[in-house]
Amino acid sequence: MRPVYALSGGVSKFVKARKDKTFQAIVKEAYDYAIQDIGLDFPAFSQVVDGSVASYFSDHFTRQLMAGIMVQDYLGLVPKPGHRVEGGGATGGICFQEAWKSVASGHMDVCVAYGFETMSHVETWKGNEFIALASDVSFDYPVGGFYSGYYAMMVTRHMKEFGTTVEQMAAVSVKNHRNAYHNPYAQKRQRYSLQDVRDSPMVAWPLTRLDICVMSDGAAAVILASEDGLQRLEQAGAHIRRPLVQVTGIGRGTDAMRMADRPHIGYDDFMRLYATEQERASTETQAYYRRLWDHGTRYPGVHSFRAGRTAGNMAYRMAGVSDPLKQLDFIELHDAYTSSEIQTYEDLGLCRYGEGGPFAASGKAFMPGIDYGLELPETPECPVNPSGGLIACGHPVGATGLMQGVFAVWQLQGSIAQHFGDSTLQVRDAHRGAIHSHAGTGTYVTVSVLERLG
Amino acid sequence: MSKLPERRDESLGGYIVHGVPFPVDTSPEALAFLKKMSPIEIEQEYRITYLLSYGQDSAWFAGLANRKLLGSREPASGYTYANPRGHDMTSGSETEWVDITHRQARVHAFTVCYFGSEEFLPETPFVLALIEIEAVNTLLLTRLMGVDPLHPALDWIGMPVKPRFLRNSKLKPTDIYFTPA
Repeated sequence: MRPVYALSGGVSKFVKARKDKTFQAIVKEAYDYAIQDIGLDFPAFSQVVDGSVASYFSDHFTRQLMAGIMVQDYLGLVPKPGHRVEGGGATGGICFQEAWKSVASGHMDVCVAYGFETMSHVETWKGNEFIALASDVSFDYPVGGFYSGYYAMMVTRHMKEFGTTVEQMAAVSVKNHRNAYHNPYAQKRQRYSLQDVRDSPMVAWPLTRLDICVMSDGAAAVILASEDGLQRLEQAGAHIRRPLVQVTGIGRGTDAMRMADRPHIGYDDFMRLYATEQERASTETQAYYRRLWDHGTRYPGVHSFRAGRTAGNMAYRMAGVSDPLKQLDFIELHDAYTSSEIQTYEDLGLCRYGEGGPFAASGKAFMPGIDYGLELPETPECPVNPSGGLIACGHPVGATGLMQGVFAVWQLQGSIAQHFGDSTLQVRDAHRGAIHSHAGTGTYVTVSVLERLG
Repeated sequence: MSKLPERRDESLGGYIVHGVPFPVDTSPEALAFLKKMSPIEIEQEYRITYLLSYGQDSAWFAGLANRKLLGSREPASGYTYANPRGHDMTSGSETEWVDITHRQARVHAFTVCYFGSEEFLPETPFVLALIEIEAVNTLLLTRLMGVDPLHPALDWIGMPVKPRFLRNSKLKPTDIYFTPA
């Protein structure tokens, strides 16, 4: 595999409904922005790009099969190679990694990953029904298919097992909405208090409306290239930012489609198969986990995502990350629910399993220099979702994982101020970051590590 | 009486319109004006009846229709699934049916849905629960009845429960549900 660089990206502003354009034209907004950001015009880039990967989740939302080729066509990319990927909420993350593979393998020198979702084509509760069809339609969906319900069940178990509180979950909502206040691409730019989150309508106990992301229309695109691709782009007149941003690690994991089918494994198997390098090296952590297991904890159960842990461990190993809290300067992760952000802190090794709740309220995942209206006992260490995440940016499913890629590239290039018109969300001296994309009840999860060279 | 909500519910449907506003000529000025048009939206229906086979899982539904909850057991290890699974995920061996109707059961996790997907909105609030069953290695997703959906409590986790079956089977997983034991 050869080095792959993430050169630029573009995002259409995520909104509840884009009635003014079709999905092809919304993707073109993001695509054009990515091209312009490297100083090329449309025809010049069209000459150099080798192909694409398309990302969108649901044929139901578009009421159109093969929508991917319609975008490829609209972007003038035919007859170049391209294909569509689909993996629920992780579709964007999978797309990013498939584009990476196209370049890393030598199949392409310049590959564009683009994605979209137009969820406004149906009413909100019909949209929830479409999403719930991404659960087993014979055994799960008919019982009351509703993803907020599935995640609420996970968090009641997390609360019972580990003592996680609704206030800790609300702290995630306050953080992400407040961060998005400075992100012009975000759908919801709000200042909320913990009480606002708890007082909003109860959707699936204990998750309120402000614990849950919203449906959106939107698109995103990322341009990836090899060394040869860089040269070809520069020969065509592109101005590629230096230092470069390289994708240094990719990882992916899966789990059973039916959440109820996940295993409940013992301590020894957990330590052998799933513990992070850091956890294995610490006798204190081993003793901590031994105590959890003695009290009945089993892994992953429904409180944890072994797909996320698998993806994280794989990506970290490839990127040489052994202490993610210290070695990652930021993470854009899939916070479809405040509770799943907490679960993901644990999967990604930012804290140990069972400690996600206190970690959420500690301040370690917050941005420095922003007044959240909260008393945070610790200083920021690794901002999580500095963009506002899904909860505040919105979640046009096929675009979301690529949006994370775009924001990560901008963080590592130090260009947030240029793109946002506001430097508040620029992570100072960002050197290495991770993006995390997640599907279903934890069925597909991708983690990619991006790094600034120099 | 509580206040009316701030917004009325939205729905599709309405008048059928004949005659769409358009410039009376196609002069350059008129065509340029079309760039300022607001988008036209139409309704499209999408309705399909599928013929779905439960395949190797059919006996599980037949069991529910006859007030039996079956599990799938790997013959060698005894690993047992509450939902049917034709082949074991570890050994790859074909599983055998086992009757788990009368085993001890308790709530492992739950939620109360006050909203839901469109199909289930009329049933809100309803309680979803994952059930642990004695000597069964996986959980069962089901509806929990006989509890107060307006006063959920974490204490429901661990509560002993027992299965009940619909008299008139619908051949769906909702043919079984649980109530406090």
